[in-house]
Amino acid sequence: MLKQAIENLGNRTIQGVWRIGFASRFFLAMLLHSGTAFRRFGLTIREMYFSGVLSLIIILVSGLFVGMVLGLQGYETLQRFGSESALGTLVALSLVRELGPVLAGLLFASRAGSAITAEIGLMKATEQLSAMEMMAVDPIARVVAPRFWAGVISMPLLAALFSAMGIFGGYLVGVKLIGVDEGTFWSQMQSSVDFQQDIINGVIKSVVFGVAVTTIALFEGYDAPPTAEGVSGATTRTVVTSSLAVLALDFVLTAFMFRGLD
Amino acid sequence: MQNDNLVEIEQLAFGYGARSILTSINLTAKRGQVVAIMGSSGCGKTTLLRLIGGQLRPSQGVVRVAGETVGELDQAGLYRLRRKMGMLFQFGALFTDMSVFDNVAFQLREHTDLPEDAIHDLVLMKLHAVGLRGAAQLMPAELSGGMARRVALARAIALEPMLVMYDEPFAGLDPISLGVTGNLIRRLTDTLGLTSIVVTHDVHESLKIVDYIYFISEGVIVAEGTADEMRASGLPFVHQFVHGEADGPVPFHYPAPSYADDLKLGGQGA
Repeated sequence: MLKQAIENLGNRTIQGVWRIGFASRFFLAMLLHSGTAFRRFGLTIREMYFSGVLSLIIILVSGLFVGMVLGLQGYETLQRFGSESALGTLVALSLVRELGPVLAGLLFASRAGSAITAEIGLMKATEQLSAMEMMAVDPIARVVAPRFWAGVISMPLLAALFSAMGIFGGYLVGVKLIGVDEGTFWSQMQSSVDFQQDIINGVIKSVVFGVAVTTIALFEGYDAPPTAEGVSGATTRTVVTSSLAVLALDFVLTAFMFRGLD
Repeated sequence: MQNDNLVEIEQLAFGYGARSILTSINLTAKRGQVVAIMGSSGCGKTTLLRLIGGQLRPSQGVVRVAGETVGELDQAGLYRLRRKMGMLFQFGALFTDMSVFDNVAFQLREHTDLPEDAIHDLVLMKLHAVGLRGAAQLMPAELSGGMARRVALARAIALEPMLVMYDEPFAGLDPISLGVTGNLIRRLTDTLGLTSIVVTHDVHESLKIVDYIYFISEGVIVAEGTADEMRASGLPFVHQFVHGEADGPVPFHYPAPSYADDLKLGGQGA
């Protein structure tokens, strides 16, 4: 009984370590075979359309609503201290530093990540990847790497659009609806948002999230058992794992970036 | 002088971990021949094709294709060799995000610098050979199973390979498509000077078109010979297979404890 439990634990641990090793090799192979993704940039552009452009609707609408909520809640709290003029700062900083990259990353994981996993998993299940190998075309170079770079390029753009829409949403609610002074809203924002400290760090975060989400999505698809349950399980794991990865990485990155700021 | 044998397999063994799939396989395919590998489902036929194509490496023995030892090639060598091989997968394995035309053009675009109008002509010629020139603009989802396999065949011969391997080309086809596919394999082998290796369990269709047959059962070759020799064979396994009998050396029943014991009739006799 106890022996069985220990054996199971050992087996799972070994399997987990195996998987991490396999994932790392997969990641390296993907980087090494990235030549095609840049030489034939058309392949990458095509994937940017699927994972980036098609995610636009959900990103833009979510960004707008998040910004509007920030405007309402922010005003509600700030006016208690008589500092509603800082609304622009609050909306912009929360979005650019945190909410933009993180929420865009989560949405990207569930919209584009799951699609990537399902697509690659089904290509594997229907032997398309195997067929490609037999035609002397490396599926890592031809199928995986372009999707990886498309995700890495799309993610910061999506995060930027999310933040921009959010700020617009905050402006709509704060200035147009509640009546905070328009000049104060924008000038406070302008003077307190630092390009290096806030914008660049936000962009770095979104690039890291892009790498994490697309790598997880591609690996899960590539590693999926070639059956219906296999692919559906892999798709679920992509969304769960990459969402957790985004949140955990966000904490680590924030700890390094904004340590000791006033 | 060029070796007459395009594919030579000597003393090949393969297994996953402790589970042995194939043991001491000896097989040759001469240039210009259609060779069939037959056996019941799950006997390692498809594994054998993957070993010839280099997707798996043998645990023992050698696989030589055109004089090159497949198991010893690095990835570049393997890819060089695979450009001269075509493979038809069981359900076609067409790229579902591309049209029929683009599927057939895939290798031409990946491996050659041909101008687009030359590719256009070549693709239509291949599609014409399988009778599907008119379907060039369809997507794979719009094709029937038999058509998809013919498109896959056109794709497999796009680079004029010397060897084409077919994994269950007859599975799940209606009698008309069955005859069409069988004829195509024979005709393309003869007109393009290919060598074909067909993995199948369809006896009647394949006996009509093949030059030489290997029977595999439980990982070993149990019989080999020409179609006529196989029809006349007295070997129990071959006889059972060719005549499609339910019971014989390959038992109808999956191994189980005695029927009487399972029904808890022990002691009273069965």
